[in-house]
Amino acid sequence: MSEAKTPSKLEKILRAGHLGVTSECGPPRGTDPDAIKKKAELIKDHVDAINITDNQTSMTRLCSLASCIHLKLMGLEPILQMVTRDRNRIALQSDILGAASFDIHNMLCLTGDHQSFGDCKQGQNVHDLDSMQLIQTVRHMRDEGKFLGGDDIKRPPNMFVGAAANPFADPFEIRVPRLAKKIAAGVEFIQTQCIYNLEKFEEWMRLARERGLTEKVFILAGLTPMKSAGMAKYMKNRVPGMDVPDELVKRLAGVPKEKQAQEGIDICVESIQRLKEMEGVKGFHIMAIEWEEKVPEIVERTGLHPRPKN
Amino acid sequence: MIVADKKPIEEIIEEVKDHDKILILGCNECVTVCEAGGKKEVGVLASALRIYFLNQGKEMKIDERTLERQCDQEYLDEIRDVADDYDAILSLACGVGVQFTAEQYFSRPVYPGVNTCFLGATEERGLWTERCQACGQCVLASTGGICPISRCAKRILNGPCGGSSNGKCEISKELTCAWHLIVERLKSLDRLDDYEKLFPIKDWSTDRAGGPRKVVREDVQL
Repeated sequence: MSEAKTPSKLEKILRAGHLGVTSECGPPRGTDPDAIKKKAELIKDHVDAINITDNQTSMTRLCSLASCIHLKLMGLEPILQMVTRDRNRIALQSDILGAASFDIHNMLCLTGDHQSFGDCKQGQNVHDLDSMQLIQTVRHMRDEGKFLGGDDIKRPPNMFVGAAANPFADPFEIRVPRLAKKIAAGVEFIQTQCIYNLEKFEEWMRLARERGLTEKVFILAGLTPMKSAGMAKYMKNRVPGMDVPDELVKRLAGVPKEKQAQEGIDICVESIQRLKEMEGVKGFHIMAIEWEEKVPEIVERTGLHPRPKN
Repeated sequence: MIVADKKPIEEIIEEVKDHDKILILGCNECVTVCEAGGKKEVGVLASALRIYFLNQGKEMKIDERTLERQCDQEYLDEIRDVADDYDAILSLACGVGVQFTAEQYFSRPVYPGVNTCFLGATEERGLWTERCQACGQCVLASTGGICPISRCAKRILNGPCGGSSNGKCEISKELTCAWHLIVERLKSLDRLDDYEKLFPIKDWSTDRAGGPRKVVREDVQL
């Protein structure tokens, strides 16, 4: 794909044709910045950029923007996750400017889990925009140098714009059209939902390739290693939009409890090795939830280390 | 219609307990259809309150009346000559009726006897569901006749979100994903290509966000 439009290190690496590697850190439920810095320290030499989640599962946490600034001050490359649940278009645009003022160059546009999952079940949700409209908004601010209201922005934000895609949600027949729609809205990179059902993902990628979509967007395959058979069952039955095949649960349950975590890492490594061969996969997004110390092992064992210097 | 639900009797008792003469005022429109504030419910509530206050040793005059509508001055005028007989009115109309009654009878306290819930329809006896949020700028033409603003928990105009599973919403397995319904409907209309049309950023100024709204129709004004 053509040359980089933003100063994003992730964009440069992807456009240079390297497989990108991203991971993510959840901010703490308190004010201690060390919580985020320690997680970042564990993965910083093995990834190109680090997502900071935005009040994930609607639990109130230290904000994504402040956490991204902590990473930036460490010399790292943050990806600002932004959900449309909690802010209207004034606050979203304002936070985009705030992030850009710290030269945060990556953003992931999301809808966000419903607030009923979190600690403020009685709160309002905003959803002034949806995730596609947030993509349009940030592209408009960057490319036109204008606010949604039409006024010029002095020193417009310069963000590499990402979004999520879930190849496994229903109905399947609109999964690829939905990707096309996000591309039409202006998305430049995609981080997918955790992939456990590789056959279904392969089918989604095939359909995306047929429509030429893999030439228009960088798709980073999402992976979360399972810590135990219990976690696999939980993900299968309780987490919305997750597709965990029975064979995977069986494989984890088939090894002794104390070895299940290692088996989970092995499965993740095998998945990446298979995905590396899949045409259109341009990188990996490794979400090792509260298990960041395992990211280096996964990256090294899959031959994705050392990371390119951009 | 406007769908309402009965308030718990304890809450109603708390509202009226310091009065001696109350009028329970029903409404013959929406709240009758949704069985929350019609003539029948007025009677049931009046009996329950009479028994309660009798047991409490309190003498309370509780009368019943149901108007054709409480959102219309013409019908509210029907109680003009008796309103002074009461020191409070307990309205079982929707929030519109309660307020309009209070505006007409400014020196009487008017209490709500129902919780006004949403604009909806009767799916079956005893089951009412939401269909409209009165956003003031109808989008149904482009969503296959299914409203994502009232029926999606995140009012997403370019859905579904990633939380939809087996056609159900992430907030409840009993709630069908609005966007699942939209896709099914577009398919049956042979319009699935329309799914890829980006819905532009919505002007919410016609919604609640723009402040209290009014409709002025000079063509029908007297």
